Amino acid sequence: MRSVAWKWGGGSVAILVAIVVFIVPFLFIVFTAGKTQAEASFLQFSWPTEWVFFENLATVLQNRDWLLVRAFVNSTLLTVGAVAIMVVLGAMVGYVLQRRKSRWNPLVNSLVLAGLIIPPAVVPTIWVLQGLGLFKTLVGLIAVHVAFGLSFCILLFRAFVATIPRELDEAAIIDGAGPVKLFFRVVFPLLRSVIVTVIVVQAVFVFNDFTYALYFLPGDDNATVQLTTFNYISQSVSSFNLLFADVLLITIPPLIMYIFFQRQIVAGMTSGAVKG
Amino acid sequence: MTTVTAAGRTATGSDATSPPTTRKRKPMKSPYPSWFFIPAGVFYVVLFLIPTIASFYFSLTRWTLFDVEFIGFDNFVRFFQEPQLVTGFVNTFIYAFLTSGAKVVLGLLFGVLLSSQIIGRGFLRATIFFPVLVSTIGVGILFKVLMDPFDGPINQTLAVVGIQGPAWLTDPSIALLSVALVDIWKGVGLATLIYIAGMVAIPQEYFEAAKVDGAGAWNNFRHITLPLLRPATVTVVLLSLIGGLRSFDLIWAMTGGGPGFTSDVLASVIYKQYQAGFFGLSTAGNVVLFVVVAAIIFPLSWWLNRKEADQ
Repeated sequence: MRSVAWKWGGGSVAILVAIVVFIVPFLFIVFTAGKTQAEASFLQFSWPTEWVFFENLATVLQNRDWLLVRAFVNSTLLTVGAVAIMVVLGAMVGYVLQRRKSRWNPLVNSLVLAGLIIPPAVVPTIWVLQGLGLFKTLVGLIAVHVAFGLSFCILLFRAFVATIPRELDEAAIIDGAGPVKLFFRVVFPLLRSVIVTVIVVQAVFVFNDFTYALYFLPGDDNATVQLTTFNYISQSVSSFNLLFADVLLITIPPLIMYIFFQRQIVAGMTSGAVKG
Repeated sequence: MTTVTAAGRTATGSDATSPPTTRKRKPMKSPYPSWFFIPAGVFYVVLFLIPTIASFYFSLTRWTLFDVEFIGFDNFVRFFQEPQLVTGFVNTFIYAFLTSGAKVVLGLLFGVLLSSQIIGRGFLRATIFFPVLVSTIGVGILFKVLMDPFDGPINQTLAVVGIQGPAWLTDPSIALLSVALVDIWKGVGLATLIYIAGMVAIPQEYFEAAKVDGAGAWNNFRHITLPLLRPATVTVVLLSLIGGLRSFDLIWAMTGGGPGFTSDVLASVIYKQYQAGFFGLSTAGNVVLFVVVAAIIFPLSWWLNRKEADQ
C-alpha cells in the first residue's frame, strides 16, 4: 500500500514541481518571444494577447544585415570542423594508448588528465594564435576547441577500445593490414557507438561555448550564435521579445540533439560514474 | 604478437580485401604506432601546453602583446592587495564549494527519487536534464529577467503570497548566491543522472539480502546505497568543482561581476583585466586560478580515489 501511494502521490508531486521549476522558465522564453515589444516589456509569464512569433523570428534573423544567419553558418562550421578533428585524432590516441604499453603512456595519461582539469591560459593562447596568424579566425577557434576538447575524447575512446578484443587486431594483421589500415578499416568502424556519443556531447559543448568565442573570435564579422545574444543585450535592452526570440533560436539545436540522441548524451556525460 | 604476421600472411593471401604484400616489414615494428600521438599532440602542445607554460613567465611581466617588461611578482602582489581582485579570489571558492555541495546533495536526493518506482520517471529524468544542454548564456539571460527585482516573474509571484522578494542580482550581499542558485538549477540534472547511473550499477541482490535480514528503507540507503554510490559522488564532486572554479559565462551573462565587483570570480577578473589591456595582470590571474584548481583537485581526487581503493 505504501509503495502505491508513493508511486502515484510522490510521482505527481515531483511532476508538478518539475513543471514549475524547469518547464515554466522555458515556456517564459517561448511566450515572450511571441509577444509584441510593448507587451513583452511587462516581463509577465502570460499567454501573449497577440502572437507575433514568426514576425519576431524574422526580425531577429534579418537584424543587422542577417547577423544571426551568418552566426549560424559560423557556429555550424565551427562545430562540424572541431568535432570531426577531435574525434579522429582522439580515437587515434585513445586506441594506441590502450593497446600498447610503452614508456610514454604514463606521460600521455597525465597530460590527458591535465587537459581535463587545468583551466586554459587565455591571453598566452591569444599570443600563440597571433604568432600563427590565426587569432580572430574561425580556423584558430576550431584549433583551440580541438586542443581543449581532446582530453575528454581520449578518455572515452581509451575506455571503449578496451572492450574490443585484441584477436580482431591480430586477425587483421595476419591478413596483412598495416597499422593505418588496421586502425581506420578495422578498429575505427567498431568504435561507432562511442563515436556517436563523443560527437553529440562535444557538438553540444562547442555549439554552446561562449567563453572561447569571446576571447579568440571577437567582433561581429564572424560572431558565433552565443555572442549574438550578448550583442543583443547591450544594443537593444527594451526589446525583450526579440532577445528571447534569439535565445529560443540558439537553444533549439542542442534540444534537437537531445531528442534524437538522449541515450548517447547521457552515456557520455555520466561515463565516469561507475568506474570513478 | 608481431611475430605471427610473417607466417600467417601467406595462408590468407587470397583474401580479396588485403592486397598482396610484398613490402618488407621490420620484425619488431608494433602495429600500434607511436606516431598516432603526433597529430593530436601538435594541437595539444601548441595551443594548450605552450600557453600554460608561457603563462608562468608572462604573469611576471607588464605585457601588451607587443611589449613585454619584466616586473617580478608585482602582479601577484597587486592581485592580493586590490580589494576587487581579492573579492574575486574569495568568491571563486564560495561559488565553487556552494554549487558543488548543493549538486551533490540534490543530485543524490533526485537520483534516489528518480530510481524509485514513481510515475512519470522518464519525463522527470528528461526534464531535469535538459537545462544541462541549453546554452549557458541563454539561461543567464533568462534568469536575469526572471530575477528582476521589480517586474521579474519570481518576485511578482512571491508578492502574490505576500513575500517581499529580495533584489536577487542587484543586492551586493546576495548577487553571487543568486548566480550560484541558477548554476545549481542548470547543473543538478547532470549530477542526478550520474547518481542514477551509479544506482543502476548496484546489484539488486544486496537489497534482497538486506530485506531478508529485516533492514528498513533508511538502513538500505545508509548501508548499501550510500557507500556503493561513492564512485558517483567522487565524479560529481570533481566535475562540479572543476566547473565551478573556472566558471565564467553564467556570471558574465547575469551580473557581469556586479554590482560593483561583488560577484566577480577569478575567471571574470581575468577577462576584465584582459579587456582593460592589462595582459600581464590577467595572466597572473590565470596562474592563480591554475594553482587554486591544481591545489584543490589533485589532492582531492587522490584522496577520494585512495579511500575508494581501501574499502
